[in-house]
Amino acid sequence: MKIHQLSLFLENKPGRLSEPCKALASAGINILTLSLADTQQFGILRLIVRDWQQAKAVLEKAGCVVKMTEVVAIEVEDRPGGLARVLGVLEEGGINIEYMYAFTFRSGDRAVIVFRFDNPDAAVDVLRSHAINVIGGVELYERAEA
Amino acid sequence: MTQFAIENRIWDSAETRPREELKSLQLQRLRDIVARVAHVPFYKEAFAREKIRPESFRSLDDLRRLPFTTKAALRDHYPLGFLAVPREKVVRFHGSSGTTGKPTFVAYTRADLDLWANLCARFLVAGGLRPEHTVHIAFGYGLFTGGFGLHYGVEKVGAAVLPVASGNTPRQVMLLEDLQSDVLVCTPSYALNIAEVARSEGKDPRSLNLKFGHFGGEMWTEDMRGQIEAELGIFAFNNYGLSEVIGPGVSGECAARDGMHIQEDHFIVECIDPDTLEPVEDCEYGELVFTTLTKEAMPLLRYRTRDIAALDPCACPCGRTTVRMSRVSGRTDDMLIIRGVNVFPSQIEEALLQVEGAAPHYLIEVDRPGVLDQISVKVEVRPEDFSDKMSQMQALHDAIDRKIQSITGIRAIVELVAPQTLERSAGKARRVIDHRTKKRL
Repeated sequence: MKIHQLSLFLENKPGRLSEPCKALASAGINILTLSLADTQQFGILRLIVRDWQQAKAVLEKAGCVVKMTEVVAIEVEDRPGGLARVLGVLEEGGINIEYMYAFTFRSGDRAVIVFRFDNPDAAVDVLRSHAINVIGGVELYERAEA
Repeated sequence: MTQFAIENRIWDSAETRPREELKSLQLQRLRDIVARVAHVPFYKEAFAREKIRPESFRSLDDLRRLPFTTKAALRDHYPLGFLAVPREKVVRFHGSSGTTGKPTFVAYTRADLDLWANLCARFLVAGGLRPEHTVHIAFGYGLFTGGFGLHYGVEKVGAAVLPVASGNTPRQVMLLEDLQSDVLVCTPSYALNIAEVARSEGKDPRSLNLKFGHFGGEMWTEDMRGQIEAELGIFAFNNYGLSEVIGPGVSGECAARDGMHIQEDHFIVECIDPDTLEPVEDCEYGELVFTTLTKEAMPLLRYRTRDIAALDPCACPCGRTTVRMSRVSGRTDDMLIIRGVNVFPSQIEEALLQVEGAAPHYLIEVDRPGVLDQISVKVEVRPEDFSDKMSQMQALHDAIDRKIQSITGIRAIVELVAPQTLERSAGKARRVIDHRTKKRL
């Protein structure tokens, strides 16, 4: 139920963000969602794409440092308290969140948020035991590109 | 700025000894020092190898038969292998930073400290110091010789010392204002920093009571002298020294400010081609080599300073008979002087090797964006160490930052860069770019 995320190391310089994006564009790869973390000196770009292996090869060929990590996509009710409930469940389960970011599409009345956990399997178990929907890769990609 | 002129005064009549008399004193002292170091393991071995006996010294030219002493030799005999007196005779230790993260220690007997104070008094008086002055010392006090050397020199002259030490520049400005100090002692770049901070607080640094300053501890230029004099409204004097030889007091400028008089009754200076090791002509640039003639605790024969300068033996209008050295124009090794602190690229490399996850690919860039030196270290992130977690990347960055500081003693700006982005060269990698323009020396 985990999905694959690609992370890229970026120096904090003009043009560094557009280089990998151009490489993906010319290979016809669509970025489903992304998040950028930065400090004064460097940044980390995180991407979700449909075919991570192909994207990784394209990016590495373009000279990028790429790392694949497993993350979890969670459906969150799009109303006040929706996210708070999920976070409460995770907190109770003793699950630590490294970072999170959202998909731009909605799934009915639900938003989809990407979570990075140290232990994704434990997180998935905790979420499921509280009937919180974790979306797998195939379903996610279909919804994202619908 | 108060109206002030530097009078030509001489502290010690030894400074004006006729050359012939000086030469014969040097020879006598050289024989003496050779005998006194004969039991120091490094010299004992060298003397046996070269069949050197103190009594066989007939002229100063015999000096060239003596072995050179290098920083590497001092390091090989760490910490105190060059000590020539029983340890109970030592009353002070100092140290300078080295390439290995361990300091090079130097030692002083009571007589050495008296000599050191007297030598500092000589150049301080040559550069205007009078007993009625107050001297603000903003050099570091500690293992570094700058603070203590000047401190005791000022006291020897009978002037008042304000031992402020380095750091906290706004406080330096406040103390300069409140105590109305006449003289500033620090590194030249710190003098400019003090002026800059005063200005940023809306104070005119020229309205301080400062009349002149004695600056040393790092390379500087005539342009910088002009800048310091204009900014602070003072006369700026240059002095030179290194801890291995004694610390500050090896040489200093007189009122003529045309070269630094070397205290030749206590040190023999040579200027050599660093490749052939042969002497260069007068007034030509070469590596300075010093032999200490009177030091007790840790005398050194033909110590290779790695400092590049030229020697001018022409008579000086001030009346001193001693040879004058130019400003130091560079180094024969890759040592960098950052805000007065000696830093070797190999120390940065060692720091990176000690941090797990740091690649040995790095580039050091040195610059002086304002008046203070700044060192930045670009380090390539190895693909296997790259993490999608910012906390982990930040931890790597901070670990490198801390390690560099603990090994070199200075704070560097650490920049993580992508792998394979730093220039690789077939031969020796270019590890250092020094942007501090070498202006007119």
